[in-house]
Formats: sequence, structure tokens, C-alpha cells
Amino acid sequence: MTAPTIEQATVTLTLREAYKQGLRDALMRDDRVFLMGEDIGAYGGCFAVTMGLLDEFGPERIRDAPLSEVAIVGAAIGAAMNGMRPIAEIMTCNFSLLALDQVVNNAATLLHMSGGQFNVPVVIRTTAGAGKQVAAQHSHSFEPFFAHVPGIRVLSVATHEDARGVLWQALQDPDPVVLFEYPRIMTIEAELPVEPAAVDLDTAAIRRPGSDVTLVTYGATQYVVLEAAAALAEDGVDAEVIDLRSLRPLDDATLLTSVAKTHRAVVVEEAWRTLGIGAEVAARITEEAFYDLDAPIGRIGCAEVPLPYPKHLEEAALPQVTAIIEAVARVMHRG
Amino acid sequence: MSEPHATGSALLRPKDLDPDHGRHLLREMIRIRRFEERCVELYSGALIRGFLHLYIGEEAIATGVMATLRDDDAVVSTYREHGHAIAKGLGMGPIMAEMFGKVDGVSRGRGGSMHLFDAATRFYGGNGIVAGGIPLAVGVALADRMQGRDRITVCFFGEGAVDEGAFHESINLASLWDLPVLFACENNGYSMGMALERAEAQTDLALKASGYAVPSWHVDGMDVLAVEEGTRRAVTAIRGGGGPVFIEYETYRFRAHSMYDPDLYRDPAEVELWKQRDPIPQLTETLSDLGYLDADGLATIEAEVATEIDEAVAFAEASPLEPVEDLERFVTSEVTP
Repeated sequence: MTAPTIEQATVTLTLREAYKQGLRDALMRDDRVFLMGEDIGAYGGCFAVTMGLLDEFGPERIRDAPLSEVAIVGAAIGAAMNGMRPIAEIMTCNFSLLALDQVVNNAATLLHMSGGQFNVPVVIRTTAGAGKQVAAQHSHSFEPFFAHVPGIRVLSVATHEDARGVLWQALQDPDPVVLFEYPRIMTIEAELPVEPAAVDLDTAAIRRPGSDVTLVTYGATQYVVLEAAAALAEDGVDAEVIDLRSLRPLDDATLLTSVAKTHRAVVVEEAWRTLGIGAEVAARITEEAFYDLDAPIGRIGCAEVPLPYPKHLEEAALPQVTAIIEAVARVMHRG
Repeated sequence: MSEPHATGSALLRPKDLDPDHGRHLLREMIRIRRFEERCVELYSGALIRGFLHLYIGEEAIATGVMATLRDDDAVVSTYREHGHAIAKGLGMGPIMAEMFGKVDGVSRGRGGSMHLFDAATRFYGGNGIVAGGIPLAVGVALADRMQGRDRITVCFFGEGAVDEGAFHESINLASLWDLPVLFACENNGYSMGMALERAEAQTDLALKASGYAVPSWHVDGMDVLAVEEGTRRAVTAIRGGGGPVFIEYETYRFRAHSMYDPDLYRDPAEVELWKQRDPIPQLTETLSDLGYLDADGLATIEAEVATEIDEAVAFAEASPLEPVEDLERFVTSEVTP
């Protein structure tokens, strides 16, 4: 006889809707929260994430800003230092480079440089990733740029539950948070409990448990990795898929626990491989768990090129299922 | 070549001057001047290291501006900030300890000359990035406005910051949103070694700022009474909800850009010409002419300031260094506010 299961009410959401629910939730729960960015109001957001929020919350809290990335991020930092909880939106991470000075020289630095006096509770949302044929100035993955910098938390938010719950948690952080979202996957639907679960910002998430090899990834690429893991399973290889989620700080414990079990790891990311998150992950595993490893750690990243416009070249540049399977074969000594 | 105004404008408004207030202004300028002169000595003695950007010659601006502010108004500054910090009311001892890199410094010794911070007096720091503090100031003002407070934010920057995109993005945003910011541009004629006319096609910076629909005017930055009067007009308008104001304070630094600068790009005759308009002797003469200050009175101020500086140096010398174990403290917050 099986125990009766309690039927939990669920809802089907696109990732886009999940991101928006996270924003609405934050705006409703805390009067200090406001949004500032380009075309987030009347237009509804470059990726329609903020559609309808202007009508619901008004122009004081949904602030359409001019095309001024430095002023948007810098003013968000100043407002955060003076009692507000701003969420600055930068359309794509390619544009975020315009504001990198404010992020690095101010947001990440002021608390330490002021001897602990001025913390900066700002959240900066931006997007990353290719796959929409928008060429080399709208497609890149700059998570590693930001994750390099002490003093900021960097989050990669690519699942529905995270999208719905991570923003509120990020706003509770007294220090700056840079949050990456992923346009390529925004139409993916998932069924979720109606009531959001709390999301832990500090830990990586195991998206697929497995025992033979650890696949470490983050962002939209995890869907490709999960596809590869499914194919590997058919071939008798049981892959564990870890979504890092937090790119700074990194959750070493989850990585090391997994590698202690699987003895093999491949890191897959959409950012360039050189000096990427994968390089850091591989270094940490090597430093802390070298003798657990049965093979050198594999790394797959974007081809070291500016992302091109034509579909076949874009696909050739990005991590694909076949390449992941081949990399796994190499660490399994099957290649 | 940068030229000072020929008029002795300090004589224009003395009859309205309250004697105590006049002496206060003089004392503040002398405090800043003597503090920095002592810093130069201490730098030569290797007790202060790193960059040291002196404000000598520009003291009338910090002094005159602060005289128009309330204690709860905010200041965002630059790396040439000692004058702003002293005039805003940061203690001279903790400032000097900061110069020494000691733990009792205003920023625990971590920032040095360029990065003085003090939450208690709403001093949002010296910023080492030219124009880096300007967007931040706009945000501080935005937060006050959104929280229904009538505080204003004064953002100091040099004329070199007008070269930067951050200035233009920020003043436009402040104007668009009617934010309570005073854009206080200290035009000393040179961004490091670059003369204004070699850097800007339009050298009238108030005119440039007015292109953002921001009321903008020039003020003689060598005359503390003119600074106070010109700033008070702005502060009243801003606090009244009139949106931001831009003031171009025309001034000059008597010393080089920093202690590393051999000052090869300025004609010594030009420096001498501007020194004729030194704000401290100007105000001393005005107060003397009005019968508000005699030689003894001046000597008393100088002696009291010297004592204050001696005490600040002693405080700095006595302060311990921050323990090395604290190196990584405050990379992230230790408590959730």
C-alpha cells in the first residue's frame, strides 16, 4: 500500500515569466526596491521580462533610463548606499562593459576601501549568451569578467525555480550582486509549485545526479549538457550535472564531493575557455582533489573568436552535445 | 594661458558679513592650507606615501560651499579631497591617520589620501577615477528624493571630469529626473598636465552644462565670499525642488598635480599671477579692513590651527596599523543591515 500523496498545486511558466515573477515579488515585498534601465517601462523590456510592470508599479519604481549604462549603474550604486534597494538592468552583458568601471571601481571596492563603512546593496541584472544570430556585440558571455572581482556576488540564473526565487535572495545580500539571465532559453516552459521555494545563493545545484563523471556547467549551456547526459546514459555512462549558479563565490564543496564520487570531470561553458570559469573550477579541483581524479579534467568553452552572425558558424563556436560526449569519452578513456 | 579675474571681488559684499562667520571662513581655509603644508613635510619624511594631490589655492571653494550646507547634506568628492573632508567636518586626527595608513584613519588606513570616507558626516568618499563619483552622487540624491527627504548632494569634480562620458550621462539623468544635486566643478585649468583649452572645444563649462537644461553659472573660486553667495543661491534652488544646478568655480592650484608632478607644463609667471589672488590673504585683508580681525586675532587662529594639526599628527603617529589578519575583512559585509 502506498502512502497517499498530497497533491501540490502547480503552474506552468516560461523562464521569462519566472524572471518577471521574481521582479514582481521583490517590488511587492519591499518599498525600497525599484528598477532602473533602458526600455524596461513603456517598451516592456528588451526581452519582455518587465512587460506590464510600469502599469502595475508606476514610473517612480519602474524607471526608464536613457542609454547611459554608466549613469544607470553608478546611480544605482549611489542609491543603494543611501537606503534604497535598486535593481539596475543592462540589456546585454556586451553593454555592461560600458559600466564596468562603476561595478569594479565603485560597487566592488567601496566597502573595503571605506574600512567597512559603505556597503552597496545593489543588484545588477544583465543577459548573456548566443544562439539568436545577433553577432559579436550582442552574444557574448562575460560572467568570468565579473566573477574575477572580489567584493561582488555573481549569479547565473537559468532555471525556472531559480529565476523566480533568486532575486529576492539577492536583494537580501548587503553587497553587490550581478545576476546573469539568458535570452536564448526564455521561452522554455516548466511546471512549478505555485508557491516559490527559497533559493540558496551559496550553493551549486545538482541538476542530474550520476556516478561516472561530473559535468560542471552554468547558464543556458546546462540544457545542452543535460541533453548530452541523457545521450551518455543511453551509452551506459551515468553523468552528474552540476549547475554552478553562484560563480562568485564558487561552491567548492559540491564540486569536490561530486568528484570524490565520480573521479572524472568535464567543465562546459559558453564563455571563452581561456581564463574562464572552467579554468578556475579545474584549478580548484586539481588543488583540492588531485588524487581523487582518474583523468585530467576536460574543458569545453566557446571557440576563441568573436561570435559570428551565420547560424552554422555560431553553432560551430558554441559547446554542442557531440563535443561534450567526445570530451566525456576522453576522460573515461574511451576516446 | 589661464588667467585670474582682475577684479578684487572680495571687497564687493563685506558689509553684510557677520564678523564671527567671516573669521570662521578664514579659520577653515587656514586649517585646510596648514594641514596640507604639514602633509607635504610628512611626505618628504616618508610618513605619507602614494599619491598626494594638494588643494592649496582652492580652499575658498570647499570652505564657501560647506558654509551653505546642512550637516545632513551629502558630499561626493575626488582624489583632491582633503579640503572637502576637513570643511565637511571630518576630524583632522582621523584624516591624518588615514594619510599615515593607520587603523584609526577615517577609512581604517585603507584608502589613503585619495579615499577618505565618513558615513557619519555623509562624506561619500574621494574617488580616484576621474568622474567616477558623479553617477554615484546622482544615485545618492535619487535615494533622498525617493525617500522624501529634502537633503541635497554636492558632487565635486575637476574640469577634467567634463571630458568624461560619465559626467554627461549623469548630469543629463539628474536634470531629466529633477534630482537635488549640486554639480560643483572646480576648474583649476589643468587636468593633470592638460590645459582646458587643449582638451575641450568649448571651454565655457557652465555653457556646456546648460545644454542639459541645468541652471549653470560661474563663480570666482578664489573669493570665499563669492563662493558662498553663488553656492547659497544654488543650494536654495535645489532644496526648493528646482532640480540640479551646475557651478563652475574658477580656481587654480598653486602646487603641482601631485607630489610626482614636476610641473613642466605651466608658466611660472602664470602661477605667480594666480597667487596674487590667494583666497586667504584676500579674506584676511577684508576682515582687517572691516575691523573684524587684527594681527593678534590672526596669530591666535594660526596658533590654534597649528595646535590642532600637531594633535592630528600625534594621533596619527599613536595609531596602530591595521593587523594583517584583517586584510580580507570588509570585502563583503560582516553583518546584514
